[in-house]
Amino acid sequence: MNKEEIIEALKTIVEPYSEEVLALAHIDENTDFINDLKINSANLVDIVLDIEEKFNIEIDNDSMAKMLTVKATTEIIAQKLEAHAG
Amino acid sequence: MDNRVVITGLGVCAPNGTTIDEFSEAIKKGLSGIRHQPDLEALNFSCQIAGKPVLSEERISQYFTPLELRNLNSTGIIYGVIAGLDAWKDAGLTIENNEAPDWDSGTIFGTGTSGIDKFRWAINKIDALEIKKLGSSVVIQTMASGVSAFISGKLGLGNQVSTNSSACATGAESILLAYERIKTGQAIRMLAGSTSDSGPYIWGGFDAMKVCTFKHNDEPEKGSRPMSATASGFVPGSGAGALVLESLESAVARKAKIYGEVLGGHINSGGQRGLGTMTAPNPTAVQRCIQTALKNAGIEAREIDVINGHLTATTKDALEIENWKAALQLPADDFPYINSVKGLIGHCIAASGSIECVASMLELSEGFIFPNINCEDLSPEITALIDAKCIPQTLIHKPFNILAKASFGFGDINACIIFKKYTHE
Repeated sequence: MNKEEIIEALKTIVEPYSEEVLALAHIDENTDFINDLKINSANLVDIVLDIEEKFNIEIDNDSMAKMLTVKATTEIIAQKLEAHAG
Repeated sequence: MDNRVVITGLGVCAPNGTTIDEFSEAIKKGLSGIRHQPDLEALNFSCQIAGKPVLSEERISQYFTPLELRNLNSTGIIYGVIAGLDAWKDAGLTIENNEAPDWDSGTIFGTGTSGIDKFRWAINKIDALEIKKLGSSVVIQTMASGVSAFISGKLGLGNQVSTNSSACATGAESILLAYERIKTGQAIRMLAGSTSDSGPYIWGGFDAMKVCTFKHNDEPEKGSRPMSATASGFVPGSGAGALVLESLESAVARKAKIYGEVLGGHINSGGQRGLGTMTAPNPTAVQRCIQTALKNAGIEAREIDVINGHLTATTKDALEIENWKAALQLPADDFPYINSVKGLIGHCIAASGSIECVASMLELSEGFIFPNINCEDLSPEITALIDAKCIPQTLIHKPFNILAKASFGFGDINACIIFKKYTHE
């Protein structure tokens, strides 16, 4: 799965947690979950659960703490997918 | 100078009606909301009948966002939010998405436990070493104050937001706590109410205590029999009731519909002394609670037209009537009318008091006394205390002035409220 595909899948996952229609439409690597999408910080753990399920990966506490932007999240997902494949 | 406090909005989510119109029709016609529950039968409950509000997915989705609905597994929060928001709208109040909260409005919305099904799910996850899978929705649905937190977020309430808990007196207590807050000028408007979860995990403890009837599994609608000679235990129920309390000044200023006035009331405990125990009421405390409520309301016993009792359909019903009689000191043939909503919906535990107060306000504002059902065979212990004519078994259309409502709960606690019809002055 390449970066664009991960971002596309991520967009579907975060959509229910945000009411920022415009920011959702223009989601890219630089999008910040809390500042741009105004996602309630309590919901970040739910997004991680949805990611684990969607990509069939496990995300450790240290990685989770970094997943505040699309860029960081995409990188972590890519790493985990690669480790999984290897 | 104390504020006068009136009721300007009602909402209900009861086993025999989930809108005010449905519920009003049901209590007038004596329609039961008690049904056979296959899950209770499958789990070997002694009592396999119960009262549960019937709600469609579509109705629920009008009150919660898609995100809230995703992991929502707390029937008590669903019932409470529906009753609460309906009461707010019924009061003619709008739900605005203002930047600032409404500092003058708050809520006291009680419950016994919250989200018991959610709690069970979370416990199973933890025991299966899957703690991470709990996500963010467990705490907000299982904290006792979950229901008041959900309601206040939806309404933007900026005054006191709290959940009270006092067993089966919870609903009546929530109204008195809200009343005090407005009376003393600390709030202009308070949404009072209470809710109780449905299902085997909330009702199981009562089943095991053998306080529920096991004799009517094949005839659910006959099962809840307050004041009957064949009363054999209560039928568990669930749901929520909600009332908007408001200062008279505010209600008049915005030309709100006024259902009635809260004249006063009292809350006390028997301290589990004398005849009082964890589960049995101390009669001295019950009588004192009723008498103090009258005193606080500034009325005489003979002014009471209707009593909406606690009357759960256990052998304690006669004791309750004895307490009313001792407290009021009125003759058997000139006793107020007395009725119990529990014959129709069972005992809705923490929600009972608020649902029953909604019924009381409908009676008072429209001028009717709903019929008691399932007591065609009145208990002789009760008819030895008061005339059978005081226990209506058919609907009575009659304007009246004063209604006394009492609820009693485990822990030996009592609450009594005096409501008065409001006549535009």
